[in-house]
Amino acid sequence: MNRRGRAVEGSALPRWVFVPAALGSLLFLAPLAGVLSRVDWANFLPLITSESARAALLLSLKTATASTVCCLVLGIPMALVLARSDFPGLRALRSIVLLPLVLPPVVGGLALLYALGRRGLFGAWLSDLGITIAFTTVAVVIAQTFVSLPFLVLSLEGSLRSAGRRYESVAATLGAGPGRVLLRVTLPLVAPGLVSGGVLAFARALGEFGATLTFAGSLQGVTRTLPLEIYLQRETDPDAAAAMSLLLVVVAVVVVIAVRGRRLNLS
Amino acid sequence: MTIRPLLALVAAGTVLTACGSSGTAGTSSTTTSAQARTLTVFAAASLQTTFTEIGRQFEDANPGVTVTFSFAGSSDLVTQISEGAPADVFASADEANMTKVTDQSLTAAGAVDFAANVLEIVTPAGNPAGIASFADLAEPDVKVVVCAEQVPCGSATKSVEDFTGVTLTPVSEESSVTDVLGKVTSGEADAGLVYVTDVTSAGNQVTGVEFPESSHAVNTYPIAALEDAADADLAAEFVTFVGGAEGQQVLQDAGFGAP
Repeated sequence: MNRRGRAVEGSALPRWVFVPAALGSLLFLAPLAGVLSRVDWANFLPLITSESARAALLLSLKTATASTVCCLVLGIPMALVLARSDFPGLRALRSIVLLPLVLPPVVGGLALLYALGRRGLFGAWLSDLGITIAFTTVAVVIAQTFVSLPFLVLSLEGSLRSAGRRYESVAATLGAGPGRVLLRVTLPLVAPGLVSGGVLAFARALGEFGATLTFAGSLQGVTRTLPLEIYLQRETDPDAAAAMSLLLVVVAVVVVIAVRGRRLNLS
Repeated sequence: MTIRPLLALVAAGTVLTACGSSGTAGTSSTTTSAQARTLTVFAAASLQTTFTEIGRQFEDANPGVTVTFSFAGSSDLVTQISEGAPADVFASADEANMTKVTDQSLTAAGAVDFAANVLEIVTPAGNPAGIASFADLAEPDVKVVVCAEQVPCGSATKSVEDFTGVTLTPVSEESSVTDVLGKVTSGEADAGLVYVTDVTSAGNQVTGVEFPESSHAVNTYPIAALEDAADADLAAEFVTFVGGAEGQQVLQDAGFGAP
């Protein structure tokens, strides 16, 4: 009787599901509590506003923004192709898009190095043209784009599939060309998916560490993003590392909440 | 009815212990009979080759003993030891990190210096940029990679800079000496500053350039048995073995100097 009553209320979940779900949440919350417990609150502000910390945060925000833009420019067309076209090898392409998600970041960094490094497959050729990528901010953006692109592509592809093609067909029968349909119908329809995919990509870029360390190096203001600064500071100053870890968490949470909030208002 | 939630709880608990057990496998293996004894050694990353060899020799000399290693940056190891990681012996790549452990009274006896290491310039094989001296590293078109000042090889680099008056403008300041070596072996950098032993272990992938000023930044490696060692005698024996003839021979072959 009681159970049936609950089911009618709309919560059709068996109660036991909540136990592992709660444990899973604890797995996220426990490390966060750990960081909070280690922060030296008295010196928190000086620690996160030191010259090196500010340089790292600024660089992280700039590179994550740049790589999110790259993800949008490259990822929207990729998602459209994956969701709306059909040609041999499409499934293989989808698997390749997933690759950066399953690769350890260090491997991604090495792969980028072998491709774009000074002696790399394509890098040697770029080097002859006088273009070097390693040790520059561009290398950081490439590494971040590499790891965060799948988040945008997959999230947008999902939205495109669930949005269906009905409105697009109608627009086409009313005489709109493919370009017009894309810009006026398709993309506005999947705007929420685009935003959440972009946020995920930004957050992933902000946290990028392994590929950057391997491919771009680590120099204050040029390639040393906040995760690399944390990694370095913990060698000598665990308090600074803990403070900056919290800062990174806060920045990520603020970004997610800000966009989430906007999305709720939109829909 | 009430059994189901309970079952779920048990199942979830099992999953959690299963997830966690891989991390604690190292400790649970110390269920010793008198014969089988296990020693866990936390050693600096730069000791990986030599200590693996010394560990093998120690096992040969002490039948029934198994030596397991955890190699990482010295400061990482210090953090792990401070947080209660199950280590019996700690070998550090510098005195500063060993001091952090002794200051917390985590060692069984005082630390013993067992090796020394100096810096050497490392270049890609054949030295394409033609680096011949420490001063050459400051040339504007030379891409040099060094360790950041926060890590031992970086503070040694700083000492040499201070002594010579040559200021380097590196393209990258890495967190570990292996990262510096990686940037050089891959050809991204023209030169880097690493330890003599790193140049030796990298073999013909690199060309080393010794420089006399390196003697002004000698890095000393201390080792100590830890207070919480599961087998205190075995831990002390290993420390003695590293300082003994066999251990010293392995270290010397790899390019380490006497402490």
